[in-house]
Amino acid sequence: MSRLTVSKTYKLYIDGQFARTESGRSLAIENQFGEVEAHICHASRKDLREAVDAATGAFSSWSGITGYLRGQILYRLAEMLEGRREEFAAAIQITQSVTIAVARKEVDAAVDRLVCFAGWTDKLQQVIGCANPVAGSYYNFTVPQAQGVVVIVAPSKPSLLGLVSLIGAPLSAGNTVIALGSDQHPMATAIFGEVCQTSDVPPGVINLLTGPHKELVPHVATHRQVASVYCANPSKKMRVILEEGASENMKRTHCISIDDDTWYNNHEVASPWQIEPFVEMKTIWHPSAC
Amino acid sequence: MTIKTDQIGGWEYSPALETTQIAIEPKNKLFINGKFVSPKSRSWFSTTNPSTQEKIADIASAGRADINTAVLAAKKALPKWSKLAGSVRAKYLYRIARRIQERSRELAILETMDGGKPIKESRDVDLPLAAQHFFYYAGWADKLEYAFPGVEAKPVGVCAQIIPWNFPLLMAAWKLAPALACGNTCVLKPAETTSLTALRLAEILQEVGLPPGVVNIVTGAGDTGHHLVQHKSVQKVAFTGSTEVGKLLLRQTAGSGKKLTLELGGKSANIIFADAAIDQAVEGIVSGIYFNQGHVCCAGSRLFVEESILDEVVQKLSYRLKSLRVGDPLDKNTDLGAINSKAQLETIERYIRQGTSEGAQLHEVDTNPLPANGYWCNPCFFTDVQPSHTIAREEIFGPVLSVMTFRTPKEAIARANNSPYGLAAGIWTDKGSKIFEIAKQLDAGVIWCNSYNKFDAASPFGGFKESGFGREGGLQGLRPYVNFFNKSGRKM
Amino acid sequence: MRKSVDTVMVNQRASSFMRRSIKTESKKQGLRLALSMIDLTTLEGKDSPEKVRSLCSKAIVPWEGQIEPPLPSVAAVCVYPSLVRVAKNALKGSTVNIASVATGFPSGQYPLDVRLNDVTEAVSAGADEIDMVINRGAFLSGEFDEVADEITCVRKACGKAHLKIILETGELETLENVRHASDLSIKAAASAGPIQDGEVFIKTSTGKVSPAATMPVTLVMLESIRDYYEETGVRIGMKPAGGIKTAKQSLQYLVMVKETLGDAWLSKHLFRFGASSLTNDVLRQLIRQDTGRYTAKYDFSEA
Repeated sequence: MSRLTVSKTYKLYIDGQFARTESGRSLAIENQFGEVEAHICHASRKDLREAVDAATGAFSSWSGITGYLRGQILYRLAEMLEGRREEFAAAIQITQSVTIAVARKEVDAAVDRLVCFAGWTDKLQQVIGCANPVAGSYYNFTVPQAQGVVVIVAPSKPSLLGLVSLIGAPLSAGNTVIALGSDQHPMATAIFGEVCQTSDVPPGVINLLTGPHKELVPHVATHRQVASVYCANPSKKMRVILEEGASENMKRTHCISIDDDTWYNNHEVASPWQIEPFVEMKTIWHPSAC
Repeated sequence: MTIKTDQIGGWEYSPALETTQIAIEPKNKLFINGKFVSPKSRSWFSTTNPSTQEKIADIASAGRADINTAVLAAKKALPKWSKLAGSVRAKYLYRIARRIQERSRELAILETMDGGKPIKESRDVDLPLAAQHFFYYAGWADKLEYAFPGVEAKPVGVCAQIIPWNFPLLMAAWKLAPALACGNTCVLKPAETTSLTALRLAEILQEVGLPPGVVNIVTGAGDTGHHLVQHKSVQKVAFTGSTEVGKLLLRQTAGSGKKLTLELGGKSANIIFADAAIDQAVEGIVSGIYFNQGHVCCAGSRLFVEESILDEVVQKLSYRLKSLRVGDPLDKNTDLGAINSKAQLETIERYIRQGTSEGAQLHEVDTNPLPANGYWCNPCFFTDVQPSHTIAREEIFGPVLSVMTFRTPKEAIARANNSPYGLAAGIWTDKGSKIFEIAKQLDAGVIWCNSYNKFDAASPFGGFKESGFGREGGLQGLRPYVNFFNKSGRKM
Repeated sequence: MRKSVDTVMVNQRASSFMRRSIKTESKKQGLRLALSMIDLTTLEGKDSPEKVRSLCSKAIVPWEGQIEPPLPSVAAVCVYPSLVRVAKNALKGSTVNIASVATGFPSGQYPLDVRLNDVTEAVSAGADEIDMVINRGAFLSGEFDEVADEITCVRKACGKAHLKIILETGELETLENVRHASDLSIKAAASAGPIQDGEVFIKTSTGKVSPAATMPVTLVMLESIRDYYEETGVRIGMKPAGGIKTAKQSLQYLVMVKETLGDAWLSKHLFRFGASSLTNDVLRQLIRQDTGRYTAKYDFSEA
């Protein structure tokens, strides 16, 4: 007689804690045979509000620590994700209906993607910032500064690699993030909070919500505390909602189109030019004279 | 003992020795092609603890044949290593960084025993910076395309890297990390008085599975270095050490086509203006010249004080010297450890005698009673120094400061620049515009403003003039380790 | 002339004191010294005579157990003026001083005559020491003469009682303000009359505002004291207050005092800790050093 298992309850990950959605709603996740594999939380706009508050509170500290320290934390995320390779691969296999080999490939790419972003934290400024030779007795330099709270609208697939790629860019620059996980395949998002919690990521820096995008995106689009939105492969309709809503507080919206193969290409997805939309360039002048 | 209600006589710090025991091989072999091997030369030399004068262990002395084997191992490993995806090289380097962090305590103790620097410094400065260097350059390995606009950067090839005894492990990190990130392979020669931590690093390289031959370590004295540099399969030479040897290397490699970077000596100027935060400037003087017993190429060894505040600075500096603790490097409260070798101590003492005989006024504080054995030098400074004095012009490489004055910024700049060296400088003033203007005019590769001896893997370091050329650290630190190819594939 | 202070370098120097390793004999000696320097404090709206009596009892005999040599009493108790008489009775015959806060502690936002009266009442009730607050509102709006004049008046009102001048560094924010307030306060106190060593202290905080005492802030104040000593030969005392909870921290402060001012300041006559929970942590460490065993919370009385 086989052992009766203890199935995991999946919660939202907000402000470094696992909390059920305040709406009390859940969504069933089916496996490739149509059986219910698990229930995850159906997040509400109030959860989003809580997440934005948490991310706002965490911003000053996260953007204030050294790039080196941020890099070490992102590297630790990679270490922790690597440790859970099989759990994520199984979740991806079951819910995305792919082979275990394909699933493992996705997890490995996600780990390596985090490692790549970990390496940008203390270098971005050297590549996209500069000192400016102005025509006067001034020392003038331009430095990229983190914007604030960035909301990620993760692609439907690949559910882990897409999530990690989109949160990695703004995080490495010092922004705090809220991710709306893949709405078709939210399992990886539901587990990813556990990786964050064990990686020295300060509370509020990464927040993860699961649930249908069409319900949450309009609230994201118009939330005045959200500085920017990062979205992959949005539908035309969603793009309109986001960009119209952005006018509310001049959000920066960055939408990218990435096909299945390109997700695996660091040059495209982990380029400094995918981080650059999430920084503001600050130019400082100082006179130079005795 | 009773605490009297009156003032107590004094509160002395009890010994606080680092007690962790570490294992050291009695015979330390060369590291070639991923293994520890005995020298074909069959020659060994010993390394001693400069704070006790006791022998620690024997080290292999690499002869010509050993050097040849090492260089060929690096050459053989090059094609595969250089063609690996940058992201894979990155992961090796990240592993090394992590492992250094994990074995920090052991490496710090070894560094202190072999070289004489205080455990407090090796633990809190050398080790974290070494780990950071690998961490930082790991991140560049897969991002070279962003470092140099308009060109394709490819590895140079086999690099011969010769490092000094003042920051042994850290210098190994400064050399290896960028070289490996860019796809080069290396043959490293540590200084003969401090080889142990490089060899322990070799253990770490084995642990992380670094492919054999990518890094090779050949220990030995000056000859080992010269033979290495002149080997025909070496494509790049990186040297940190004295200006004298740097010039010799330039001559030895002339016409060979080998790329060369040199990080040499200095006689750096530390300039304090009357509008500086004085107490903090005094702290900066101490950081500048007494850190690491003054065994720092960029030491602020010439102090220029604005005349109006000379007395105040001298008085505060004298007072500050009293709380500098010289003694057993393994005591956690020691600020200044042992001088690295008998030869170096003799050099320093010679300069001190010369300073006095040339007419400068010596100020020194007798700190704690010093152990009977070991090489020790109390921190000191000279006033009434003239720019023409030997102690104002030549690098002493010890805890000896020469204090001079100036009246105006122009004079300070002129005096600071009046040196064949140009490694670093310090500027202390509360006025921002003065900082930028003076920094612009000083001929030095690193300028510390309201700070001194600050190091970071992301910050390029290197000199002007006879302090050498090339930069280590930061984006510019990649430059020595790549060749540029234009869009049509031609080497530039 | 206002002195420049470089924050980054102050922080660096302050953290260097924290890297000292105080062990064995020096640790025992330091802990006893720290214990003898504590101003055991209760400054709450709900303070009552019984609370103060309990505090005084602990102040005299911090720990009732056996240890050789016997533990010192703390330096003083620190209470509100209305409880000074109670404290005076409770401390009769001991070496423990009575410090009273005054001048409308903690805000000081009262008319000058009310603040001065606060001082005279406390002194006549028997306070040995007065902990005053400077006028931060005036300071931050640049009315330095007003701030100084008030301090001079307060010192005069103290009579024979010693004066501790609370700068409330958390409200002053910058280290340069702290340095300026230190220099200004010492000079203002001196204007009231000659100062003997230890008659005047500068103090970091009321403990009611965060941040309270920190190593960098204290270092800047110690530098002011040092410069004054170089100039005049007079030793001003120092009292960091609030935020010093652990024995380890107290030893770090002692290291900083020793290396900045010298051993002469390592006595309750010139250095105090404004603390309450520190006492038990010091005791905890002392007893552990003595017996080799880690103690439980209930091994030490709560004041």
